[in-house]
Amino acid sequence: MNFLVKALNGGMGWVNERAPGLMPAYRKHMSEYYAPKNFNFWYYFGSLAMLVLVNQIVTGIFLTMQYKPSAAEAFASVEYIMRDVPGGWLIRYMHTTGASLFFIVVYLHMFRAMIYGSYQKPRELVWIIGMLIFLTLMAEAFMGYVLPWGQMSYWGAQVIINLFGTIPVIGQGLTEWIRGDYLIADATLNRFFALHVVALPLVILLLVVLHLGALHEVGSNNPDGVDIKKTKDPVTKVPLDGIPFHPYYTVKDLFGSAFFLTIAAFILFFIPTFFGIFIEPPNFVPANPMVTPIPLEPVWYFMPFYMMLRSVPSFLGTQVWGVLVMGGAVMILFGLPWFDRSPVKSIRYRPLLHKVMIGLFAIAFVLLGYFVTQPGTDTLTWIARLLTLFYFLFFLTMPVWSRMGTFKAVPDRVTTHD
Amino acid sequence: MTKSFANRRRGSALLAAAAVALLSALAPFVAVANEGGAALPSAQVDLTDKASLQRGAGLFMSYCSGCHSLNYQRYSRTAQDLGLTEDQVEQNLIFTGARIGETMATGLDPAQGEKWMGKAPPDLSVVARTKHEGADWIYAYLKSFYVDESRPTGWNNTVFPGASMPHVLWELQGVQHAVTEPKHEGAEACPHGETNGRCITGFGIPEHQKGTQTPEEFDRTARDISAFLAYVGEPSQMHRESMGVWVVLFLAFLTFLTYLLKTEYWRDVH
Repeated sequence: MNFLVKALNGGMGWVNERAPGLMPAYRKHMSEYYAPKNFNFWYYFGSLAMLVLVNQIVTGIFLTMQYKPSAAEAFASVEYIMRDVPGGWLIRYMHTTGASLFFIVVYLHMFRAMIYGSYQKPRELVWIIGMLIFLTLMAEAFMGYVLPWGQMSYWGAQVIINLFGTIPVIGQGLTEWIRGDYLIADATLNRFFALHVVALPLVILLLVVLHLGALHEVGSNNPDGVDIKKTKDPVTKVPLDGIPFHPYYTVKDLFGSAFFLTIAAFILFFIPTFFGIFIEPPNFVPANPMVTPIPLEPVWYFMPFYMMLRSVPSFLGTQVWGVLVMGGAVMILFGLPWFDRSPVKSIRYRPLLHKVMIGLFAIAFVLLGYFVTQPGTDTLTWIARLLTLFYFLFFLTMPVWSRMGTFKAVPDRVTTHD
Repeated sequence: MTKSFANRRRGSALLAAAAVALLSALAPFVAVANEGGAALPSAQVDLTDKASLQRGAGLFMSYCSGCHSLNYQRYSRTAQDLGLTEDQVEQNLIFTGARIGETMATGLDPAQGEKWMGKAPPDLSVVARTKHEGADWIYAYLKSFYVDESRPTGWNNTVFPGASMPHVLWELQGVQHAVTEPKHEGAEACPHGETNGRCITGFGIPEHQKGTQTPEEFDRTARDISAFLAYVGEPSQMHRESMGVWVVLFLAFLTFLTYLLKTEYWRDVH
C-alpha cells in the first residue's frame, strides 16, 4: 500500500514537473470552481447534455464500423446492424434514443436559461455559444436522420434541401451544390455521412469547450439569479454561497445521470421507437424517389419550426417567406440577451406578466409542434399563424414587457443559505 | 433592490389577459383535433408463443415466400429464435435450395414479379415496422380480401384498397364477398371503404365457396403469419425486453446508491 501511494505521488510529481499548468487548470474548473449551492432540478440538463454527447460519439463510432454510406447498401446495412452484428441493435437504439433525448435535454437546458435569465449580462457569450451548439446540433441531427436511407430520411432531406432552392437567383444552383447531384442520391448520402461523423461532431466538441470556458470565466447563474461573487469570505475570497464543483456537483450530477439513464434505458429496451416518434414507421420503407410518403413530416424535434414554415403562405410568386420565418425563428433566439430588459434575472422575482408570457411561449412552441401531427385544415393553419406571430412578438416586444410590472426584491444571498 | 412600476401594472395585466385569451381560444380546437380513422382490431399476437411463430413461419414459407423475400433475415437465426433445429428448418422451411446461413430470399425474379403483378412484390423483412399498427395491420389486411371483378387479380382489400396482391389464402378462408349498402346522403366517405359506389359494411362467404378452415381457424392462421412477421421485423425484441428488465433494475439501484453518495457529500452544505 505504502508503495502504491509512493508510486502515485511520484507519478503525479513527474507529470506536474513537465506540465505545470495541469493542476491549476483542474483546480480552476473542478475543485476550485465555485458553483452556487442552490442549483435545482433544472440544473441537471447541462451535464446530461454532455453525457448524451459522449453516448452519441461512442455509439456512433461503433455504428460506422458496420454502416455503409451508399444509397445501394445503407438501408440493408442498418438492418444488418440490427440483426447480424452482435449487440448491434443495442448500439443502434442507444444512438437513436440518444438523438431524441439530446433534443429533450437541450430544449430543457435552454428553457432553464430563459426562466432564470442565465443569458443576461455577463453571460451573453455563454448563451451565444450555446445557440451555436444548438444550430450545429440541428444540422448534425438532420444529416444523421438521412443516413438510414428510409423514406422519411429521403423525403425529409428533400424538403430541407429544397428550402435553399427558394432563395432567389442562386437557389437552384445552391441545392445542386448541396446535393452533389440533380436529385438526392448516393453523392448526397456520402457527403452527409462525412459531415455527420467527422465535421459537425468536431465543431460541436469545440463549441462545447468554448461554452464551458465562457461559463467558467463568469461563473454559473442560479435559480435566484443572485451574483454569488458579491459576498465572499473576507479571508479565503471564496463566495459564501459557492461550493466547489468537485466533489459536490460531480456527485450530484452522478445521481442525475443515473436517474436519467434509468429512464433512457426504459425507453431504449421497452419502447425504442417511442410509439413511432423517435423512429418513424415509414422510415422502415427503403428510400424511393418515386413515392412521396403521406403525411410528410419531420422528426419531432423540428416540428415547431416546420409548422411555422408550413403556415406561411407563398406570395409574390415565391415560397421564400416561410423559409425566412423558420430561419428567423431560430436566429431570433440569439438576440435574447438584448431583448430582455428585465432588472432581475430569475423568474422567481419577476412580475406575473413575465411568468404568463414565458409560459405562453412554451405552450405556443409545443402546440406548433403538435399541429404538424394533425390533419391540415384552414382553422389549424390560421391558429398556427397566430402562434407563429406570438412566437416572434414574444421576442420583439420583450424590450417593452420585460420592464413592466412589479418586481419582487431580489435577496443578497441565495434563499437556501444558513 | 425592489423595482416598482405600479403605473405600468394596468398595462401588464392587459397584456397578460390578452395572452390568456389567445390561449383559451385554442383550447376547444385542441380537444377536437385528435380524430382518426377506425382503429384496427388487435391481432393479439404473442411473441413468446413459439408454436404460433413456428406455424407462422410454415405458413409464410408455403404461401408468401413464393413472391416475397425476407432479405435481411437468415434461416439460421429463425431456427435459433423459434426453437427449431437446423435440420427441421432445412427440411420444412427451405424451398429454394438455400443454405441454412443464407437470408430467406424468394426464388422469384423481381423483374418477373413486376411483369406479373404490375409491381415487384416488396421485401417483407421489416413490413411489420412500417405501420403504426404493426402486426395488427397485417392481421387485418390478411382478413380483408374480397371479390372485386374490376381489379386485375379479381381481388380487392378494404385495409389496403387497390392492393396488387391477390388473396393467396383464399383456399383456407373461402371466397369472401363484400356486403354493401348505399351511401348515405351527405356522407363524404365510407368508414370501411367502398366498392361500385356502395359502402362496405362487412364480409360474407357463400355456402358453396367456403374454405377449408373455419373462421376461427383462419383467424389463427392470420394471427400466426402476423406474429411471424412481427418477429422477423425485429428478431432481437424478445431478447431486448428480457435484458432490459435487468438493465433498468441495475440502473435504478445505481440511482439509489448515487443518491446516498450525494446526500453523504452534501451533509456539510447548509
